[in-house]
Amino acid sequence: MEFIKICGAVLTLIGSLFILFAAIGLLRMPDIYNRIQAGTKATTLGSILTLLGIGLIHPDWLLKLILLILFVLISNPVSSHVLGRAAYFIGIPLSAKTHIDNLKQDRQENPVTKENES
Amino acid sequence: MVNTILSIALLIIGLSFLLVIVRFLIGKSVADRVVALDALTISTIGLIVLLAHFLDRKIYIDVSIVYAILSFIGVIIVAKYLEKSL
Amino acid sequence: MNLKTMKLKEISIIFIILFAAWLILNQSTATEYLVSGALIALAISMLMCRHCTVFDELRLSPKAFLFTLLFLFTFIKELIKANFDIAWRVLSPSLPIKPGIIRATTTLQSKMARLILANSITLTPGTFTIDIIDDTLYIHCVYVDSEDPEQYGQQIIRKFEKYLEVIYG
Repeated sequence: MEFIKICGAVLTLIGSLFILFAAIGLLRMPDIYNRIQAGTKATTLGSILTLLGIGLIHPDWLLKLILLILFVLISNPVSSHVLGRAAYFIGIPLSAKTHIDNLKQDRQENPVTKENES
Repeated sequence: MVNTILSIALLIIGLSFLLVIVRFLIGKSVADRVVALDALTISTIGLIVLLAHFLDRKIYIDVSIVYAILSFIGVIIVAKYLEKSL
Repeated sequence: MNLKTMKLKEISIIFIILFAAWLILNQSTATEYLVSGALIALAISMLMCRHCTVFDELRLSPKAFLFTLLFLFTFIKELIKANFDIAWRVLSPSLPIKPGIIRATTTLQSKMARLILANSITLTPGTFTIDIIDDTLYIHCVYVDSEDPEQYGQQIIRKFEKYLEVIYG
């Protein structure tokens, strides 16, 4: 029993380390798209591991925590996709390191009007 | 033993909050700040559940579920507003 | 007749999901909770899913179930691998990134399968879907192999696509 609790605590520690890496990435990355990559998605694994660890320590909380994990897994890609898309279409520039942009090429070849997309 | 490890985890999450708030303040563009806010809210879910362990209150998990739903809707609405399609 | 059975399937799937979430949130099997939860879940699923076609192409067969498990396993493996990769890139002092937006075409026809594909790509750090136009996904990558971006895009997609092909039509 004690062993499982220590496993849960170590999982929580690993999760918090991932949250720290995501915060460092948010500071260091050069443009918004790379910040989305590092920031919002490494935090997802971080908080999932934290929730799982606490769930191992308190087994009677586990079901609710799994529901919360499922909700985070479903909602998080949607919000980061919407943010990235909004940033791209209001014209925030890609960083100078970016060496290929197929979306821009394709939109120049056959431009889509604002009404048709969504 | 368990509480010691969890206290270290709490400290690390607090440190990362400081780093994200620096990005939130220097920002540069609005979308950068929204990304920082999004990262902040996702890690806050973990923080609330950690607090639920330390204070031994089960009701805090319900709080974090509601917080997750509200922050998701908030980020979606701000992004739609930025795209001028709201 | 066919249309009617389809809708019944949708309504029952949504009902089961909502009722399970209600039971987990309440964590009680008292009669009042069961009855009120069932009524509310039934009302929501009847009202909201009269015209939705979300689970139309979902196959309910043992093979599809097996492939769902395989898909989840692959997805979790990729998630953990990609997280360690991005952590290494963030922590190394020279910041070894080479970002780019590449295109990749999918062979999946079902809308739901495309949604799940795009969401899985977005959830693995290092790649996220910016836009989907018809059957083309535009993926932003932190590190692109410069030799052949097209093939790199197909490689990213292929990992998840082969399971979704079986689960959805």
